[in-house]
Amino acid sequence: MDKPYGLLAELTYSCPLQCGYCSNPLQLDDYRDELSTEEWKRVFSEAADLGVLQLHLSGGEPLQRHDIVELVQHANQLGLYTNLITSGLGLSTRRAEQLRAAGLDHVQLSIQADDQALSDQIAVTSSFERKRVAAGLIKKLGWPLTLNVVLHRQNIDRIGGILDMAEAMEADRVELANTQYAGWAGPNQAELLPTRDQLEGAEAVVQAARERIGDRIDIIYVIPDYYSKYPKPCMDGWASRQFTVVPNGEALPCPAAHELARGLNLPPATVREHSLEWIWTESPLFQQYRGDAWMPDPCRSCDRKEIDFGGCRCQAFALTGDAARTDPVCHLSPDHGLVEAAVAAANDPQRPKDGPLIPRAKVGRTKRAVGATPGKTAGTPVQLSRTVLKGT
Amino acid sequence: MDITDPTARPRLAPHVRMVFNAARGEHALLSPETVWVINATGAAIVELCDSQRTIAEIGAELRGRYDQVADGDVQRFVADLVTKHGMEVDHG
Repeated sequence: MDKPYGLLAELTYSCPLQCGYCSNPLQLDDYRDELSTEEWKRVFSEAADLGVLQLHLSGGEPLQRHDIVELVQHANQLGLYTNLITSGLGLSTRRAEQLRAAGLDHVQLSIQADDQALSDQIAVTSSFERKRVAAGLIKKLGWPLTLNVVLHRQNIDRIGGILDMAEAMEADRVELANTQYAGWAGPNQAELLPTRDQLEGAEAVVQAARERIGDRIDIIYVIPDYYSKYPKPCMDGWASRQFTVVPNGEALPCPAAHELARGLNLPPATVREHSLEWIWTESPLFQQYRGDAWMPDPCRSCDRKEIDFGGCRCQAFALTGDAARTDPVCHLSPDHGLVEAAVAAANDPQRPKDGPLIPRAKVGRTKRAVGATPGKTAGTPVQLSRTVLKGT
Repeated sequence: MDITDPTARPRLAPHVRMVFNAARGEHALLSPETVWVINATGAAIVELCDSQRTIAEIGAELRGRYDQVADGDVQRFVADLVTKHGMEVDHG
């Protein structure tokens, strides 16, 4: 068993936005009892001892944590590469300067579209202008800027304008990944999955932009896996390279595994009761789908099983109720009809282009905050499957 | 413009840094979403990529230190990382 390279720390599920594509869990109330500053610091220290090199600070909106600067500073002192994944709301000049001084390495800023009205509509919050200001501040303070625009049926036709915006903001990287249908995106899947025509249009625009922009911006474009022949190599395999700790201290092998983990009825792997080393090496949850002993056919006898590891366990669970089945995205899966039906529905010419999205719920920050000042929400789906390239 | 040009002066991209990972006993280059694990020779190359030295000078310096540095090793290493946006080069 290898050691983990990356830790995604979902510090809080509080967020000022309410994006319907959010990957955070539907049962947000279950995660209000957030780890304290000292508990997170211990988690980061144990992660570094375990071999973790990259720390992704996310949420929710991680800037909702008043101790964010202290947490970044601690991680930096441990030598971790720190990546703040933010909506930009809460990134005041003073906060940004403090984070720079604390050693924050990189900022990934989410924007919902290139057009103010559409961006604010998707975020269910007036936020576009503040995000533009945040982008300028990030560049001004000398951070590399990654712009993350989660793509879906309602904004993918704007991809040309989104790339123009990235150029104007002098982004160093732009991530244009189509939504994964986890968390709040699950019930919104039908309103998020683009049509085949939309995808073809977007790919042509991305291709042209890559030729025009060249090396100035690293453009990452990811199609919805519903349109792929094979599943994605999710997380490079279960509990293989990285893991997630959610606001209440539960550890998950994948950022979308909340419901799956509960469905297995295994003893919880929580940092409040266990060391990260025990969680990584011994916890039943992390062992559950390691390697290939769990695999059913067609995966078991497939020569791609070392390439895609049977696909996404969370997607298999969400679509079939059984996390041990082949990812239904795979054309060889006995459940592939579920994905084909969703693709057919998305491409039905009668289907309206922009239906309403269910907004992600608002959630308070801690149990003590219940009924007092409810926080707000949304999250930035994090793409973490490309993390390790060995052998360079 | 050829990124393997021997007169090119490479450096790490601004968002990339090298660490020695004590838990594994290996060097790695870290960037926002990627970890590149590199061997000791790779680490020695990166240490010399200071935007002052050319690829040819880096190769010469390494040959002074190590017995086996094949022609083209530094070029290939740098070109690979430039392609992956881990390094940048100045020409001339």
